[in-house]
Amino acid sequence: MSKQLTVSLSPHEKGDLSVKQIMWGVVIALIPTFLASVYFYGLNSLRVVFLSVTFCIVSEFLIQEFILKVKVTAFDGSAAVTGLLLAFNVPSGIPWWQLLVGAIAAIGIAKMAFGGLGNNPFNPALVGRAVMLASFPVQMTTWPEPMQKIWTFGADAVTTATPLTSLKDAIREGKRIVDLADLIPSYFDLFIGNVGGCVGGISVVAILLGGFYMLYKKIITYHIPVFFLLSMVAFTGVFWLIDPDKYVDPLFHILAGGVMLGAWFMATDMVTGPMSIKGQIVFAVGGGILCGAIRLFGTYPDGVAYAILIMNAFVPLIDKYFKPKRFGKEVNYEQ
Amino acid sequence: MKLKTFKLGGIHPPENKLSAGAPIEILPPPGEVNIPLSQHLGAPAVPVVKKGDKVKVGTLIARGEAFISANIHASVSGTVLKIDDVVDISGYRRKAVFIKTEGDEWEDSIDKSEELISEIKPEPIRIVEKIKEMGIVGMGGAAFPTHVKYMFPEGKTADTLVVNGVECEPYLTADHRVMLEKSDEILSGIQVMKKAGKVDRAIIGIEANKPDAIEMMTKKAENIPGVEVVPLQVFYPQGAEKQLIKALLNREIPSGKLPLDVGCITNNVATALAVYEAVQKNKPLVERVVAITGKKLSKTGNFKVRIGTPAGKLLEALGEEIPAHTSKVICGGPMMGKAVNSLEVPITKGISGFILIDGSEAGRREMENCIRCGKCVYVCPMGLEPYLLERLAENKNYGGCETSGIVDCIECGSCSYTCPASRPLLDYIRYGKASVMRIMRERRQK
Repeated sequence: MSKQLTVSLSPHEKGDLSVKQIMWGVVIALIPTFLASVYFYGLNSLRVVFLSVTFCIVSEFLIQEFILKVKVTAFDGSAAVTGLLLAFNVPSGIPWWQLLVGAIAAIGIAKMAFGGLGNNPFNPALVGRAVMLASFPVQMTTWPEPMQKIWTFGADAVTTATPLTSLKDAIREGKRIVDLADLIPSYFDLFIGNVGGCVGGISVVAILLGGFYMLYKKIITYHIPVFFLLSMVAFTGVFWLIDPDKYVDPLFHILAGGVMLGAWFMATDMVTGPMSIKGQIVFAVGGGILCGAIRLFGTYPDGVAYAILIMNAFVPLIDKYFKPKRFGKEVNYEQ
Repeated sequence: MKLKTFKLGGIHPPENKLSAGAPIEILPPPGEVNIPLSQHLGAPAVPVVKKGDKVKVGTLIARGEAFISANIHASVSGTVLKIDDVVDISGYRRKAVFIKTEGDEWEDSIDKSEELISEIKPEPIRIVEKIKEMGIVGMGGAAFPTHVKYMFPEGKTADTLVVNGVECEPYLTADHRVMLEKSDEILSGIQVMKKAGKVDRAIIGIEANKPDAIEMMTKKAENIPGVEVVPLQVFYPQGAEKQLIKALLNREIPSGKLPLDVGCITNNVATALAVYEAVQKNKPLVERVVAITGKKLSKTGNFKVRIGTPAGKLLEALGEEIPAHTSKVICGGPMMGKAVNSLEVPITKGISGFILIDGSEAGRREMENCIRCGKCVYVCPMGLEPYLLERLAENKNYGGCETSGIVDCIECGSCSYTCPASRPLLDYIRYGKASVMRIMRERRQK
């Protein structure tokens, strides 16, 4: 027999899931959020998403092709995910060049400078957002009102405050929660996303749809989002129980702002999260508490981006101390 | 009802049990056999025949002299041609006894009748001697000499015999067929092993994808005291002894220890059959059931073949040519088996099947960066961190490998199977594990 046979080490069988599938799976999971944003903010939202994704993919391509001169993986879906998440983290009226700065920071600094996909310690989209917030504080906190001028491009829409901003300002002025009923949108509006906010942070129902899709496809496990939200509820709930005049209820906290998007799509970023389930729970609980603390006591009205970035920094330590349970290591079986 | 299984890690690859419906057929002795002297774990056997000797089926041709070794017997009758090198499934050249077949004459002491002998006459010590004499080794794949499992170190006793009918590897069906067609013999073999190990209880674990085997074994075991059949959820690597004992008895073998440390002896169902034949029928391990399967074959089968038969004879028996685009032949299961470079390799005691893999499935995907998805950690049945071990082994950080538990790795391949980035996780872990074990041996010698 003269046939040439392949000889390789086992296993000879290979599962179907690939990096590409995971990344495009996340993109699919973000579609409902994208549609909701277009519904509430119109063409402006479409513009931001298109530009952000394009900027991210093009900067990854250019860096890989001309600076690093490595194999181009700009189309594996991971740059698209970063682009989508960056777009979802900014107001829909943001000027295009500011978005470009954000995209370059996200891809160039946060991702490629560390060695590309898999090697970045911080969530690229959140780094992009942090850079933009520090550089363009005005445009990054100017929120177009939902359902207004949805057929126009540009930053001339009617603006509003996000529920979290107006609440924070009112509490700072010493007002009591019970007198702020007109500032707090109904839970239903928060749930469907009919409020001011970032492009993709508003519609809770759309984010949940995407989240369930990722659970179904086994892209993520439930641990990070569930523990993130639960610890946030627990933290803000304690203060609400102590003084309901000064602190708003926990349900409002998890429905408003970017917590849902953060808990389902950014804290679950595999690259910048811990490896073991135990570690992921620690990471999520830490993120939820930090986010609550920033909201209640910090300068920023929302705290999700920084909470996640801070927890990203702890990941190497978490990975070192929260190991999976080893088989046969903690047994005391007496014969 | 929720079926039992092990709790930590594990995967469920496509089962592909193509040959499950094919009854065992008997392959006549080939014109020549090459019987390797190292078919088992441990030291090679020492030949006791020389060129020109006449042998019968069952004649001792090599003796296992070391503590961990096994006797080897002629599987055909005829003339010893030579003792020379043959490339076995490891890909290395190993010493083997070449025998030219002449007729099919068996040693007179062997009881060739089909009559079932249930009464067990020999005493435990005599049973163990018999198992050793007849060259019985574990037939599930590792080929560990069986008698060694029944020679307990001072102070150790067992309470349960765990019988492995799991066959968790995809494709393989030899154990399945043996359970269906030789259930009485297996159960009698289990009684023999219970007596040898002085245990009162035997549990047979069978995965739920073999309902006919579960039904058959349960029905036959009904009237036998102390034998229980437990269906298990289909989950890989349930056939690994640590996972099997965990699934059946919820006992966890401590790291670095053996089944006996939790009071268990484990044996495969095919081994139980071999023990029955050795002890009750005086028959050495000269033949076994091997599956031949593959998606592109129009027919698949299970054959009872003489040890030392070239693998290619299985295809001939099916009346099949090797399919056009076959580019890999796996000896054993696709998760832990070895790819061989020719169909000339002789079938040995531990081989349960050959799988022909089509070109489209033979290669590996291109490796990408680790995206830290953690899936290798979730699926590791030993609770290790394959991504970390890979990196440590790649950087030759053997100290790190050792403290991270690399020697616990059972090389099941679940991590490499799962990795979305197609990292060569197990390749590096094997390399690291071998290095750490060498270092540990050297340390002990100092």
